[in-house]
Amino acid sequence: MRVLEGKGVTKYFGGLAAVFDVNFHVDQGEVFGLIGPNGAGKTTLFNLISAALAPKSGIIKFKGENITGLKPHQICRLGVARTFQTVKIFANLPVLDNVVLGSLFGTSNAISSADAEREATELLEFVGLSAVKATPAKDLTLANQKRLEVAGALATKPELLLLDEIMAGLNPAEVAQAMELVTRIRDKGITIIMIEHVMKAIMSVCERIMVLHHGRKIAEGTPQEITTSKIVIKVYLGEKAHAGS
Amino acid sequence: MDIVRVIVKKPFEPGLLLLILILLATSPLYAPEYAVVLLTSIIMYIIITVSWTMFSGPTGYISLAPAAFFGIGVYTSALFGFVLPLPVVIGMGGLAGFCLALIVGTLTLRLRGIYFVMFTLGLVELLLHFILWWEVNITGTTGRVVPTVANTTVYYIMLIIFAILMLTTFFIRNSKFGLALQSIGEFEEAAAHRGINVNALKTIIFAISALFMGAAGAIMATRWTYIDPKIAFNPLLSFMPVLMAIFGGIRYLYGPIIGAAFFAYVEEFLITRFPYHYMLIFGIIMVVAILYMPDGLVGLIQKLWKRASGETYEGA
Amino acid sequence: MIVTILDVVIAGLLMGGIYALIAVGLSLQYGVARVLNIAHGEFIMIGAFITWSLFTIVGINPLVSLAICGPIVFTIGFILYRTLFTRLRTSSASPAAFEGSSMLACFGLLFIIQNLAILIWGADIKGYSYLAFPVKIGGAVFAANRLITLGFAVAIGLVFYLFLARTRLGKAIRAAAQDPVAAGLMGVNIKHVLALCFGFGALMAGFGGTLISMSYNIQPTMGLEYTVIAFIVIVLGGLGSIPGSLLGGLLLGLVGSIVTYIQPGLSLVAYYVIFMLLLLAKPTGILGK
Repeated sequence: MRVLEGKGVTKYFGGLAAVFDVNFHVDQGEVFGLIGPNGAGKTTLFNLISAALAPKSGIIKFKGENITGLKPHQICRLGVARTFQTVKIFANLPVLDNVVLGSLFGTSNAISSADAEREATELLEFVGLSAVKATPAKDLTLANQKRLEVAGALATKPELLLLDEIMAGLNPAEVAQAMELVTRIRDKGITIIMIEHVMKAIMSVCERIMVLHHGRKIAEGTPQEITTSKIVIKVYLGEKAHAGS
Repeated sequence: MDIVRVIVKKPFEPGLLLLILILLATSPLYAPEYAVVLLTSIIMYIIITVSWTMFSGPTGYISLAPAAFFGIGVYTSALFGFVLPLPVVIGMGGLAGFCLALIVGTLTLRLRGIYFVMFTLGLVELLLHFILWWEVNITGTTGRVVPTVANTTVYYIMLIIFAILMLTTFFIRNSKFGLALQSIGEFEEAAAHRGINVNALKTIIFAISALFMGAAGAIMATRWTYIDPKIAFNPLLSFMPVLMAIFGGIRYLYGPIIGAAFFAYVEEFLITRFPYHYMLIFGIIMVVAILYMPDGLVGLIQKLWKRASGETYEGA
Repeated sequence: MIVTILDVVIAGLLMGGIYALIAVGLSLQYGVARVLNIAHGEFIMIGAFITWSLFTIVGINPLVSLAICGPIVFTIGFILYRTLFTRLRTSSASPAAFEGSSMLACFGLLFIIQNLAILIWGADIKGYSYLAFPVKIGGAVFAANRLITLGFAVAIGLVFYLFLARTRLGKAIRAAAQDPVAAGLMGVNIKHVLALCFGFGALMAGFGGTLISMSYNIQPTMGLEYTVIAFIVIVLGGLGSIPGSLLGGLLLGLVGSIVTYIQPGLSLVAYYVIFMLLLLAKPTGILGK
């Protein structure tokens, strides 16, 4: 089943097309990669899906339903959650409360606060943050803050999770942990779309990958197809290979 | 109703509060008349300040509209005071504040905070001009008389409004909505992405806070007996609650109460001794508080207490 | 009929010229120095009262007062920024926190300045008469002082516009308005420029006050209304756009004149209706980004 579908999605910032006529689909249970040089429009596409921004034209469908034009909180309640490139957490609230919020408000069902706390505690265990339950979120390391953001997103019981560069700024050990977390989330049955620059991670975890460049889709396929695609190498991977990432 | 645990800096002591409430409720029996009158003013300021903090505290959207909501309550009293029984008039004053705030909130809270600040700043002037024009051109009155009510009655009504306000504040603060409001203040976009309908929540809480201000205005009008638009809509009443809340400490449950009580009393004192200087003094205190007391008096006391008792100071 | 239209239009431009001037001032303070100066109207009031004092006590003609009031109010603004607001800026956790605390500090300043004015000049309405003789233009009659006011408002606006567009300092200000950090990295002495901008904003307010005092009565509580009008103008023109403030001021002045002709006393209400329409349809204003 197609969990997410986009047809002709377009967004302009002033005269510049940040995303132009992008068609894509993501199947249930997939880990879908979204790559491209900086400024290619990847985060903008996420913003369009999560309704942080509204598209100029085009349609986005979630489980067959048109979600273009809805508000962010409505999209969240329907089952789409995301993290942000610049980590967005509630800095002065304790770690547990950061996650409890998602449990309380992220679904259309009412939930008692006791249950919400229980769920949040379980999620903190799932991402490995149980030890810092009561710490204010701003006192965590960057890697932990990213995990907190993921926990907060998972608390809203999403069927689709958008991860925006969760490995940026992490050292190799932390990257491996993040990769493992992504796999565990996938094993829970949640569909994932990942924006990443860490090629090793993308190629090993994703089943299909889409490549954006200057807002346009230039390639789509399996990791094998992408790494051998001439145009992708020319535009993106070639540089990456040199950078030795 | 479930209560979510929220980290509150000072523990809530029901026993102490109940004692204070009983003392206040029985004071007309043993305290002199002027003390009851003074207490009424103090409680009025506490009501306006605590209501203001209910919304502007956690969300960070600084409302400069209290004078407008209070004034509309005052005017409701003037319009209906002779026609309807007192409890109804007070309810209508509250309702008027609530409705006005719903309109203002719906218009401005979906945009950046600066529009909200600017709109609320001018609101009191707008109402002043509009109602003045209306009274001059349409109803032909220059001022209105409000029926007098016994001082003790005014006091008790103010106390009842205060009690209901404290219950409401405590309930909101410790419920999931209180947590949601804090998250909006921390990072509104993230809050929206966790499923919180930020615009609806902001507007409702803003309207609830305005309800209490309107009710307080409606009952206070009976003390003034004669009002006109200039008396009802006074920008100073937007300034005082902000000053009191900031001085007391916005983030704490008791901060606004302490700030309001302190300034209400000081204002009474200054108005009699230095009638031409008290605005100046308050303005200076405001600037000093912004510069040197970001956590208000309560925050300052807590910091000093921790230092004195030798505890290590944990980050905010 | 034509006479009435001319009457209303020119009256609108007269008021609009003043609105434009004070809006440009506020735009400099908010757009560049990032201070939401709710005490802006109080600076206008100070300018008006200093002019009044100079005229009634020393006999100095208000147009000359422009050259005295302006620098005085500029200096007050400049010093305030270098002391109070710079201290707030450096101690604020984020730009958003600074916006909030500086706005509240201005709230405090509002009451300080207003009270000081009441102490110095008393709370009554004051006025003076200068060049109040009538002038005929195409059948409509105008007071000479109002025409001169318009002339000066236009002149000040033009000079300032040229200053922004042609001089080095003007370019630095425009750069700082776009992006203070980048401007700082390019060698602009940002602390200096921000303080200057705040000062220039106060300067505009001072000029506005002088011009207002020539045609209208003044009192210490006059400020808030002008502050609110200045806000509406910069929203109408577009937050951050100086040409927008000029345009918005003139437009709003015209609206005010038309409304006053139909139903005097409702001009501020009409401005607020425009404000609400903007908030509903186009919060970024006419020329805003």
